[in-house]
Amino acid sequence: MRRRYLALKVEALQEIDEKELKNTVWNAVLRLFGEYGASKTGLFFVSYDSTKNYAVLRCTNAALDMVRASLASTTEINLKPAAIHLLGISGTLKSLREKFPPE
Amino acid sequence: MKKFYDLHLPVPLSDFGLAKKMLRKAAALGYAGVGIPFPFNVPSETVSKLRQLCTDVGIDLITRVNLAPKSSNELLFQLRRHRRRFEIISVACWHKPVARQAAKDRRVDLITFPSLDFKERFFDSAEAELAANALALLEIDMFRLLSATSFERIRLLSYLRREVAIARKFSVPVVTSSNATDEFFIRRPRDFAAFAYLFDMQLDAALETLSDNPLAIVTRNRMKLQPNYVAPGLRVVRRGKDCGES
Repeated sequence: MRRRYLALKVEALQEIDEKELKNTVWNAVLRLFGEYGASKTGLFFVSYDSTKNYAVLRCTNAALDMVRASLASTTEINLKPAAIHLLGISGTLKSLREKFPPE
Repeated sequence: MKKFYDLHLPVPLSDFGLAKKMLRKAAALGYAGVGIPFPFNVPSETVSKLRQLCTDVGIDLITRVNLAPKSSNELLFQLRRHRRRFEIISVACWHKPVARQAAKDRRVDLITFPSLDFKERFFDSAEAELAANALALLEIDMFRLLSATSFERIRLLSYLRREVAIARKFSVPVVTSSNATDEFFIRRPRDFAAFAYLFDMQLDAALETLSDNPLAIVTRNRMKLQPNYVAPGLRVVRRGKDCGES
């Protein structure tokens, strides 16, 4: 199964911890595509740096559009305004970190 | 490389600090130009200040006015008064006669359907045919989609899927705009394009709604607003004493 790694930049008014981010992303996927759709994404949180608000996710290549749409649909985390911007996508973790380092 | 445009970014005209923050955000996310809606009676100094702000952050300012007339006569009156003052004219269609008039009037650039009631979504085959002939574009407001929840979003996605299919059938160009009221609702063009996947729009077509389609309309209108423009293919090249005897 082909996978893709996604580099994300989280923007929010308050500090976000990893658990909150995970819940937000999963809820966005569930809300848009339901449990069946979410099961196809193969979503996995590789890492999250709360100081730089930089996260790395992994998903299946087939579900990339679904994950992108879900991330774009996020407007709040913990009921506070927030946005998740996709910095870039890569086939390997190494090249993702080289091409899209934390800002 | 493609240039991306967000034709609807309502920055607060009373708070230039926040406006600059939003414009900077739009520029950082990859937009080459933004359409800022102005009230009818906007002073020219406000426009100049915002234009300077846009130049500072490296983004192109496109002036826009949003019309929401109650009747087709009111629409005609507003078009007569404001067409030559703004680069983009958008009409919110709350009534069917307004929708039909907006679709067939060549002075209207964008038609939009803000209602969530299916009886007030007038973008059907007849509307699309009129819009295609008059070169009007269908505008999709992403703020509405992002801020909607549960059943409201389900309905909106269903309407948009239907309207995009009709637009495709009648070759009506579509424009996607953020309508973001704060910086958290601005997304990268590619992310908006990914969002368009939800209403069955292909990626290339979705990217066109943020690049080629808005660019075409802005270029066309800027040419029309030049003092030398007379009609398509006809412009004044010399005036007065410049016109020598031949």
